[in-house]
Amino acid sequence: MSDDRNTRETAGDQTGTGGIGRRAFLGAAGAVAVLAPGLGLAAHAFEARPDGVPASSKHRWGMLVDTTKCKSNCHVCVDACNKENGLYEEADPKDTAQYIRKLTVHDPDTGYTHYLPVMCQHCTHPACVAVCPTGASFKRADGIVLVDRHICIGCRYCMMACPYKARSFDEYTEKNQKWYNPRGLGCVEGCTMCAHLVDEGKDPACVTACNKTGGGAMVFGDLKDPTSEISKRVATEQTTQIRADLGMDPGVRYEGI
Amino acid sequence: MAVMVLSAVALGSAAHAGSDAGAHAGWPHITKPIKGTHCVKPVPYMLRYHFDLLLHQREITLRKGVHGSKYDLTNCISCHVNKNANGQYIPINAPGQFCQSCHEYAAVHIDCFSCHATTPQGGGDDQTAAR
Repeated sequence: MSDDRNTRETAGDQTGTGGIGRRAFLGAAGAVAVLAPGLGLAAHAFEARPDGVPASSKHRWGMLVDTTKCKSNCHVCVDACNKENGLYEEADPKDTAQYIRKLTVHDPDTGYTHYLPVMCQHCTHPACVAVCPTGASFKRADGIVLVDRHICIGCRYCMMACPYKARSFDEYTEKNQKWYNPRGLGCVEGCTMCAHLVDEGKDPACVTACNKTGGGAMVFGDLKDPTSEISKRVATEQTTQIRADLGMDPGVRYEGI
Repeated sequence: MAVMVLSAVALGSAAHAGSDAGAHAGWPHITKPIKGTHCVKPVPYMLRYHFDLLLHQREITLRKGVHGSKYDLTNCISCHVNKNANGQYIPINAPGQFCQSCHEYAAVHIDCFSCHATTPQGGGDDQTAAR
């Protein structure tokens, strides 16, 4: 491996890609990452899917949230999500789309209070998909649950079916959408697990932000890859699915709740 | 019916393609692409079937998660969008622009841009650009 790296570094110097070697390039990329949180480098156990290749059921994307590291006054995951997906504060705050939100959970008997982000749990057996009358709510082969807005009629049945309140309804004529996250009036929307980033081999925006400027509470990875960090941790640590009794097998797991 | 009208109009305007495109009173104004030398399919095919390509592509891109197709809507926009005098992109569904001009003439509503971005942002062919 080290030989290979050296070879590539030398090749990078010789072929004159701006004269930037691998190490220098990584340094520069790191500097960019500091300036642009949410887009930076992170340790990855997964790679970008090449063009022309469909999502595969060989992967099962999941998230692990350690709520003991989730701080009360920290909203970097929510802010990063809104920025990444082009979500804006609407005139009426209750109409603002929420792909992810922070919850405060308080036990009145003991006084124990903790905080956790909740987003689409990307279930193996999603209720939103089961109830959708048009087939707009669907699960991709790699387990990411999405809304096909092309055929969404905005009936909001999925919003009622989802026990996690993960879906929002867009009540406004949208402008300036992100090219990778089309959204508009009359459609239901929700967390995409940043499928556009995952397909590029990057962590979702919330996870990147949490690890960079937040509490470092979130881990993203492939639950079907036994060597991934998330697989190792769910195999060795006590983790919980919210409302596991419903049998939908969420892909998002929590620790400390 | 609307499709028939649109294609008839589009083919008609193709005959006027060139420097005097849109000069004929009453015809839609088909703007020149800002880059590229040819479309992903021959122009007569695109005039008649572009919506079929997009309909097929949306299934592949969204539901199967395949990226990098030449039939992506982002690719259409990255070539056919125009810039104003200040060098800023004009939304492709603005009056007189590539998509809207023809569709307005044929009275066919475009649904694409109630959700999709109307200017290039580094998607499709421009994927390497800063995001």
